[in-house]
Amino acid sequence: MADAIYRAEPPEALVRMGLGAIDALYHRRSGATHLVAAPVPQILEALAEGPADAAGLRQRLSARFELADDEAEALAALRDRLTELEALGLVRREPGAAR
Amino acid sequence: MRHEIGLAIGPATFRVGSAWRGPIMQLRALYADYPAVDLDRQVPDFTVRLQPTRPWRRFVRPSIFIAGDHWLAEAAPMALGHGLLAAEMGMNLQMALGWRRHLLLHAASVERDGRAIILTGESGSGKSTLAAQLGERGWRLMGDEFALLDLESGLAHPFPRLVSLKNAAIAVATAGLPPARLGPRLAGTAKGTIRHLVPAPDAIARMREPAMPALLLFPRFGPPLDRRPVDPGEAFVRLTQASTNYIALGEAAFRALAQVVTHVPALALDYPDGEAAIAAIEALWSECP
Repeated sequence: MADAIYRAEPPEALVRMGLGAIDALYHRRSGATHLVAAPVPQILEALAEGPADAAGLRQRLSARFELADDEAEALAALRDRLTELEALGLVRREPGAAR
Repeated sequence: MRHEIGLAIGPATFRVGSAWRGPIMQLRALYADYPAVDLDRQVPDFTVRLQPTRPWRRFVRPSIFIAGDHWLAEAAPMALGHGLLAAEMGMNLQMALGWRRHLLLHAASVERDGRAIILTGESGSGKSTLAAQLGERGWRLMGDEFALLDLESGLAHPFPRLVSLKNAAIAVATAGLPPARLGPRLAGTAKGTIRHLVPAPDAIARMREPAMPALLLFPRFGPPLDRRPVDPGEAFVRLTQASTNYIALGEAAFRALAQVVTHVPALALDYPDGEAAIAAIEALWSECP
């Protein structure tokens, strides 16, 4: 099964402010403010390196953080987060990529 | 309109027009020490109109409809006896819906030594009462309802309108004050009995002097005395909820608010009575960096 490939918003599209335990994100395109906690800022950072699917993203993240041992579980969680972030407009699905 | 007055409160100017003389006379008396606004020479920021619900209702069981540049369709008409309250509500509404020069926070604020405490909380948290009491005890009252944050500098600008005291808070906050500083007792309003208090002379004389926020307080009246630090993320959420123009101001508001919550310590303060709160605030102030 080919997984969807996601692309981060360009860096100039988001203003990010660290507020203790959470990050505040201002999304310029929509004018919306998002308050996000880990792992969302980490996912957005990893995706900013270039478009990736859930497996690619898991690889980038696992180089920096300790992820769940169960790979399937980690991938499922990542897919869920990516779907949520897409709904918020904070990541985009690459056109043409199958799900 | 038949009767009108120009008012300046902090940086904002208003034209209040009324089909009746009474509310304007009351405003004239209570705002006597505020700087004059000559409506023949100056276009005010906002207009508030107190008009009859129907033309003939000016005479027969008069009831007031609040209109103006900005208004709420569902606002219920009010009794003529509550005309002063209608005017104050009308002015608040213009600020809440129309002000764009600052980030508007639904908050009370007081100042000492050029630094301000911003107190924000839901209706009933006691911020008006606390601000009124602090304003008589060595603090400059900057406002009991709105704090106006400059988007560039982060300075808080005063909006020292008449303080609106409700029910039991009236006796507490007006004890020992001269009757000339009090408006009429307005019984039977939607929020119970209301009485307006003219801020202390220094609050009016210095109403164009901003101050840098040094402490964010989230007071809650009722529970036993308790204080806990509020982290920047929670403070950010609370302040966006307390702002009526955060969304309209976009990125500038986001940056201004993020600056405030990362640089200014924030605390939640539960208090059982005003004396306990004031003692706690004085103690917190002495610990403030």
